[in-house]
Amino acid sequence: MAKNDLLGASLWDAYSNKVTTLMNNPNHQGEITEEEATAHGNRLIVADFGAESCGDAVRLYWEVDPRTDIIVNSKFKSFGCGTAIASSDIMTELCVGKTVKEAVKITNIDVEFALRDSPEIPAVPPQKMHCSVMAYDVIKKAAGLYMGVDSESFEEEIIVCECARVSLKTLQEVIKLNDLTTIEQITDYTKAGGFCKSCIRPGGHEKREYYLVDILRDTRREMDEEKMKAAADAGAKGSFESMTLVQQIKAIDAQIDESVRQFLIMDGGDMEVIDVKPSDDYIDVYIRYLGACNGCASSATGTLYAIESTLKEKLSKKIRVLPI
Amino acid sequence: MKVYLDNNATTMVDPLVVEVMQPFFSEIYGNPNSLHKFGTASHPAISKAIDQMYKALNASDSDDIVFTSCATESNNWVLKSIFADHIVSGDKNHIITTEVEHPSVLAACRALEKEGAKVTYLPVNSEGVVEPHVVRSFITDKTALVSVMWASNETGMINPIKEIGEICKEKGVLFHSDAVQAIGKIPVDLQDVHVDFVSMSAHKFHGPKGVGALYIRNSQPLSPLLHGGEHMGGRRSGTLNVPYIVAMGKAIELATTNIEEKMASIRAKRDRLEDSLLELSDTFVVGNRKNRTPNTILISIRGVEGEGMLWDLNNSQVGASTGSACASEDLQANTVMLAIGADSELAHTGIRLSLSRFTTDSEIDYTIAHFKKAVARLRAISSSFAKVGPTPGGESKECELHHH
Repeated sequence: MAKNDLLGASLWDAYSNKVTTLMNNPNHQGEITEEEATAHGNRLIVADFGAESCGDAVRLYWEVDPRTDIIVNSKFKSFGCGTAIASSDIMTELCVGKTVKEAVKITNIDVEFALRDSPEIPAVPPQKMHCSVMAYDVIKKAAGLYMGVDSESFEEEIIVCECARVSLKTLQEVIKLNDLTTIEQITDYTKAGGFCKSCIRPGGHEKREYYLVDILRDTRREMDEEKMKAAADAGAKGSFESMTLVQQIKAIDAQIDESVRQFLIMDGGDMEVIDVKPSDDYIDVYIRYLGACNGCASSATGTLYAIESTLKEKLSKKIRVLPI
Repeated sequence: MKVYLDNNATTMVDPLVVEVMQPFFSEIYGNPNSLHKFGTASHPAISKAIDQMYKALNASDSDDIVFTSCATESNNWVLKSIFADHIVSGDKNHIITTEVEHPSVLAACRALEKEGAKVTYLPVNSEGVVEPHVVRSFITDKTALVSVMWASNETGMINPIKEIGEICKEKGVLFHSDAVQAIGKIPVDLQDVHVDFVSMSAHKFHGPKGVGALYIRNSQPLSPLLHGGEHMGGRRSGTLNVPYIVAMGKAIELATTNIEEKMASIRAKRDRLEDSLLELSDTFVVGNRKNRTPNTILISIRGVEGEGMLWDLNNSQVGASTGSACASEDLQANTVMLAIGADSELAHTGIRLSLSRFTTDSEIDYTIAHFKKAVARLRAISSSFAKVGPTPGGESKECELHHH
């Protein structure tokens, strides 16, 4: 709580222009019929996720070319608020042109990122993140149907939050992908714990096998271990460029923890890694300064140079650090 | 056209009210507690405001009506001081309230629970109304206070305050009612009904924000919430907010004079709006309208999520409200909808429209047209109205809402 929190921000003001535009005029709203798909020699896949009783429901339609596994057309129907409709719309756009296997890799982060007006400003406020998580879930379900994998087994079925039907694996993934540290964030991103609250900790409305507090603690511990290991591996093998995005971010974080962060904190500042984007010539590391670093003259010169040279030395010569 | 149909949230200040407040900012600005004429010059206007309050509520001269900063203060004052006077320093341990109270009652009760009070949150029936026999069954010899709202902000449903008051009187239990949504909308006669404490707020009846009051029957003891100078007979410290007190008096007078006529006019517009919206398929309105504040509609539209609906209405310059989880910070479904036992999916589809005496017939026509347009657009997008069903195995799993 501080000055900026006194007048809470309006929910809708925190939506990006893209969210607003797509809510007002979704481009891919509609249905694909069996007849249409068959006429093109394609396969129709229709998957539902969520329900009206949860507050959000989406139906995803894919027309897939069986020869290439490419999704040639996609539509959606959605019961939901503006961000749910906009997320569904951008989700279908992201699916078209990809193979089913490629589409499965679309995450809620990709959906939310695609809704941003500019890379550094979130498209939706935190409590609306679950709308994009739902897009991620329905894609997995559609892919399961197409690949003939039983959707029950495809969706690893340890359900932690019954109300919002959030699985253990989803929770672990969402915690890791988004670097979540609190139960409130987990609820914002997945809706888990947002309804009857039984799954948050023991002693609630009903007894559960898994609780969010335990999952968060265990996943964080695992992340710390992975981070240390990634840093060690990177140092030993110089294999930074072949890491996955998550591993890269962890390796960078570990290096910053080891060599940089302490100096920033001493001066009342800090930083966070926002994204890593590889291109042919560079690996661009987007960072955001926090606290006193924000606006400090050295943050664009000396400090930046120090961060970049540390990462270049320890991880990859191709790294370029860009503050946003 | 711009149409404001969120009058249960707050109302426009009546220009006649603004007019009476004006002199008390830069002309008659003295502290009413001062001895000099600068201070005492405000006394006639304050006395008039007090008279207007007593007359509007038919309070007896032996009762107190103490001006506060808002109804949240009034509610907190009653709950916290009853806790201090009768539970901490007395032999009681129990407070009874309902599941559907305003947060200023519910959150205060939860805070008192942490400090050791036992609190019972009564359910409401399928009409959203608290039943007197339910209140009776929960009163024990340890019950210090019963607190039941006069009318609901969400549904507009009016509780049987007279009957509950009789039960409390018979059982010797203090009775408080948050009458924020009743005063100015329906007749409130405090000599006809036995209530010990009544909270109210000026900005719900075309007065300004930042001023409220607490009625205290027979000037009975209640420890102050705010300690300080001897204002309001020592009951509520803080320099008197003269312009706002004057404004509240004028506002309550305007709202309650010929209230039956005003109600009939608002009710006619409300009923016409409600009937038109119910022409849409798969809709329902919560609560029998004969037992509802005459300005309120809580309508559920299947397949249309509340925040999405609010969005489209806003694009058409119509201001309404939703209890939908999506529009809230915590993603909780509308507690009132859950409490009245509506199917949980309907808890996400409620839109509240609340009129005022300034709402016009042409505004109602405009709202009907744009409301129907919004429903048509959003149902065309809605998965609930999609024709092509999921591939076998692609069905959604039912989402069960668990609640007490």
